[in-house]
Amino acid sequence: MNPSTRSPLMCAVHLSVLLLVLLWTMPTAGLLISSLRDKDQLAVSGWWTALATSSRNAVARAPSPESQVERDGKFVISGNVLEGQGGQISAFGFSSREPAKFKPGETAELNDGERLTVQADGSFEIVSDQRMEGSRGQRIFFTASTPPRFTLDNYAEVLSAAGIGRSFLNSLTVAVPSTVIPILIAAFAAYALAWMPFPGRALLLAVVVGLLVVPLQMSLIPLLQLYNGVGAFFGVPAKTYMGIWLAHTGFGLPLAIYLLRNYMAGLPREIMESARVDGASDFEIFVKIVLPLSFPALASFAIFQFLWTWNDLLVALVFLGAGDDELVLTGRLVNLLGSRGGNWEILTASAFITIIVPLIVFFALQRYLVRGLLAGSVKGG
Amino acid sequence: MEQLVAAILTMVAGVLVCAAYFWGTNLILDRIFPSKGKFGAVASRNLRIANSIRPWLFLAPALLALTLYLVYPVAQSVWLSLHDRGGQNFVGISNYQWMVNDGEFRQSIFNNFLWLLVVPALSTFFGLIIAALTDRIWWGNIAKTLIFMPMAISFVGAAVIWKFIYDYRAAGTEQIGLLNAIVVAFGGEPQAWITLPFWNNFFLMAILVWIQTGFAMVILSAALRGIPEETIEAAVIDGANGWQIFFKIMVPQIWGTIAVVWTTITILVLKVFDIVLAMTNGQWQSQVLANLMFDWMFRGGGDFGRGASIAVVIMVLVIPIMIWNIRNAAKEAGGR
Repeated sequence: MNPSTRSPLMCAVHLSVLLLVLLWTMPTAGLLISSLRDKDQLAVSGWWTALATSSRNAVARAPSPESQVERDGKFVISGNVLEGQGGQISAFGFSSREPAKFKPGETAELNDGERLTVQADGSFEIVSDQRMEGSRGQRIFFTASTPPRFTLDNYAEVLSAAGIGRSFLNSLTVAVPSTVIPILIAAFAAYALAWMPFPGRALLLAVVVGLLVVPLQMSLIPLLQLYNGVGAFFGVPAKTYMGIWLAHTGFGLPLAIYLLRNYMAGLPREIMESARVDGASDFEIFVKIVLPLSFPALASFAIFQFLWTWNDLLVALVFLGAGDDELVLTGRLVNLLGSRGGNWEILTASAFITIIVPLIVFFALQRYLVRGLLAGSVKGG
Repeated sequence: MEQLVAAILTMVAGVLVCAAYFWGTNLILDRIFPSKGKFGAVASRNLRIANSIRPWLFLAPALLALTLYLVYPVAQSVWLSLHDRGGQNFVGISNYQWMVNDGEFRQSIFNNFLWLLVVPALSTFFGLIIAALTDRIWWGNIAKTLIFMPMAISFVGAAVIWKFIYDYRAAGTEQIGLLNAIVVAFGGEPQAWITLPFWNNFFLMAILVWIQTGFAMVILSAALRGIPEETIEAAVIDGANGWQIFFKIMVPQIWGTIAVVWTTITILVLKVFDIVLAMTNGQWQSQVLANLMFDWMFRGGGDFGRGASIAVVIMVLVIPIMIWNIRNAAKEAGGR
């Protein structure tokens, strides 16, 4: 082993990186773990306690005396304080001052000669020698410990009820064509900018670099007006998938052209010259040589554009609308944050469904993403 | 499911139309100005004409889309910002006058500057530190992947993740939000973090820093690796310690890249919208420009004049970086 890896300084490096990694992964881990927990446990205990047996204090009310039955000359009310939720009773009581006075199996003497027994599994009996009076049932305080429970119920619920399934399809419908359509358009333009001499090429390139940073906000209102105008003129709806595909295409083009041009400009000149000597036209050179060689850059852009269109909220809200049928996943999630703000079992499961696709893409194709990032940021002086 | 099939069909059709356009126009060009099979002056004249037209055929669809979706809207937004809510009547600079006197707008500008100060600085700082540290350890690549991961998560998804961390339960009950649980464990009072005016901005910024650090790390890590070995070896021989090597030898050599990372994140910060919308929607004094703009775009049926003028303000803030980028790109192209 290299001696430098054992020095205290290296230990500090290992430790601090570990700390940073924990800090950066913990939020997502919390979301994933929470989405798999039982919703009653999720609501009362932190996700970091998910593996521990949780105990909770609760109150149940026994059925009213009307439900008593006579058995062997005694009057009995019976039931279960856990009501099928599972868990173990560790203590119980009958007044709020001493909610944990008795152990399960013990018998508590209530004030009026009634006797209460609660078993560890939650079943209880109230026994009395006389017929019990009153209309309200006895309150039973208990401490229940519940073993950790993990379930996919939350996912089943959001997929069926919360509209997430529908939105998932909408997101796919938006993202896939929005990723594919710009590539071809950008590739031809990038080739022209990289290898075809024409007047104004440098200026055009500067314009593309400038457009890279134009804020989306500038485009929203004019395009909304334009779409409304076109929709009214042709009598078609203003908010269509076609509209959003073209919008994403327009917004993604500067980066696509910039990335691809830089990559193509770096291809060796000799390949193209020798092809030209052999009588190939620009079109043939592009289709048969440049396009296949540019695959890594095309992949980089495709990943970018897919992540961006899948994760986008603003463009979808403006050009696709906020109706229940049109919402993409991000929009649905914002709605759920408003309407189901406290239901963390819904929110965590929905959020995980929205981020799972980008995460898969990220982990599978990280190499291309990094390469694209490195090529895509305008290099400094 | 049907719509997905329809989408894929449209996509295939779109790609085919594109391909047909490029192939077809190219074919027509070669027919009108043939160079093969002709001789001498005619062939070279035709070739010259065809070669001067062809770039524009290649560029046409892209130029059309760029003009329609980016260039025209910029001009139109400026025009709209000088008009009333419907865009019909010229009102001069009164939208801008309204803006300067509007408390919410001032709040947004103030918050945006806070974001601009904090987010690029912290993201770049963390990115640089992590890049430098992970380069020295054997599991550095795994660490990098995990820290890079939030880049793939949408702002809205990140907002849910962090809202869960900031979750607040009344004092005395068990906290399910990580931050409040830690505060309580150290004997503090739980707080509803995102409703604390002024400070809530920083809790929202943490989300963007969490997402953008990975980006900074990837770029800076590549830059650090590009530093010539000799400069570091020379420093070691001269007896420099680790800190000196890092801050006096390595960092000065990557200033250019640091500036690129900084400006890229700055642009993103100016446009930040999703996080604020999902976390607070501008309540509790956490409004920012992009969310305010979205708000005015639809508020009361939509005030396009005011919305556009807020967009113009964002644009003006971006322009210095735009010019800097264009200069750098031109310098690079010239040097090649």
